[in-house]
Amino acid sequence: MPFTFRPSVLALLSISLFLALWYGLAIYLNTITLPTPFVVANVLIDEINSGQLPYHLSKTLYRLLLSFSIAMLLGCAIGITLGRHKQLDCFFDNWLVIFLNVPALVTIILCYVWFGLVESAAILAVVINKLPNVIVTIREGTRALDKDLLDMAKCYRFSKSKTLRHVIWPQLHPFVMAATRSGLALIWKIVLVVEMLGRSDGMGYQLHLFFQLFDVASILAYTIAFVTLIQGIEILILKPLDKKAQRWRR
Amino acid sequence: MSQLAIHISDKSYINPANNKTKQIIKDLKINLNNNEFVCLVGPSGCGKTTLLNILANLDTKFSGSIELQPKHAQPKVGYVFQNPRLLPWRTVRENIQLATTAKPETLEFLLDSMGLANEKDSFPEHLSLGMSRRVSIIRAFATDPDLLLMDEPFVSLDPPTARQARQLLIELWTTRAHKVLFVSHDLREAITLADRLIFLSSSPMTVISEVPVTIPRKDRNQEIKIEQFRQQLFIDHPEITELL
Repeated sequence: MPFTFRPSVLALLSISLFLALWYGLAIYLNTITLPTPFVVANVLIDEINSGQLPYHLSKTLYRLLLSFSIAMLLGCAIGITLGRHKQLDCFFDNWLVIFLNVPALVTIILCYVWFGLVESAAILAVVINKLPNVIVTIREGTRALDKDLLDMAKCYRFSKSKTLRHVIWPQLHPFVMAATRSGLALIWKIVLVVEMLGRSDGMGYQLHLFFQLFDVASILAYTIAFVTLIQGIEILILKPLDKKAQRWRR
Repeated sequence: MSQLAIHISDKSYINPANNKTKQIIKDLKINLNNNEFVCLVGPSGCGKTTLLNILANLDTKFSGSIELQPKHAQPKVGYVFQNPRLLPWRTVRENIQLATTAKPETLEFLLDSMGLANEKDSFPEHLSLGMSRRVSIIRAFATDPDLLLMDEPFVSLDPPTARQARQLLIELWTTRAHKVLFVSHDLREAITLADRLIFLSSSPMTVISEVPVTIPRKDRNQEIKIEQFRQQLFIDHPEITELL
């Protein structure tokens, strides 16, 4: 393969092009609202050194992981139950549709109004926003389970936990991964809004502050830090998990 | 020593398209002696798989009884399905271990005797169909069941592979005998394998005739004897010709 066609080289080229375009545009416009990549990089380094960015980033990350774990666990349990029981599914389907369509902002405001501007209300708001999506994805996966393999498990008297672990879970794996990926993307956006509206730390709070000061360089610096972090999760955790679970395929 | 008495007086199902009830099995009686290999022969679609699903307790909507005598117990069943139904995300060995509590030596013995010694840690998708079928046969034997059900396990294999698999099956069965109900629509295959043939009619399914296979087991690999027996069968039992 020629040198320029290697995936790593291609990735580097495309990112360089992106930065070059950004730089060119910033120079051309010459405005305070679009700083050059160098200015942003400087701010990023300063913010990291001052400890501000790591502090707020870790707060946001903590909220993200906590609400994500709760939403995934609950969502898988409810999704599997609904997928396996037709009548329950018929009954609760309407609830799902309602929760799927309530705007994120409404749940956040209601949680803060009802439970106060506290940490648990913030987490709850994020979970409620994410949960219906997980349930729907896992329910579809459960409906598509292979009846032949379930019959086999029944015939050979597999226990419930054995059936779940060895027959159901591997079939749900692609659906769980899909829910995880879309979930991370959705949740971190919602977490920021939650923080902006009712917390005094975290990325969302900081961005709100920068917005009031019209400090675009800091906003971009925080964005870059966050995007890098999420990419890191994808490459270091999700991809290897995927690879391990797929090794039986031809 | 035990016997298995199967009596299914009625198995019907309602066609959801026109709400009509269709009777699939009517007054079917089969008795299996200890370690007997019985082949069920009948036209395809006559309800043989339904019968096996009832025996495996996968289908409980029927009237009748299935019990081991003399202890009046439900039989423990090993089922070789038409498709191997192995878990693709578990290795051959794990697939077998999940279904049984048999000792590791037993598993090794079974894998060796079915010619799968080198495939223990392979994933099922990497095996040929013939090999997967053998794994599913091992899984059924490993559970040490009261009754082994086999639903055309050699269908759609090429003739040499099928012959080899049949031979391995019989060798295994001779060392570890069980009551076997083997469904087939291939009369030659049935004669090669069985102690007794049971012919079934279609819609509703019921027993037409039962014929013991009198060829000694050591002569079963001679095609000519099988063919003679088959010809004689049609002469002695003219009622079965229209089934096949």
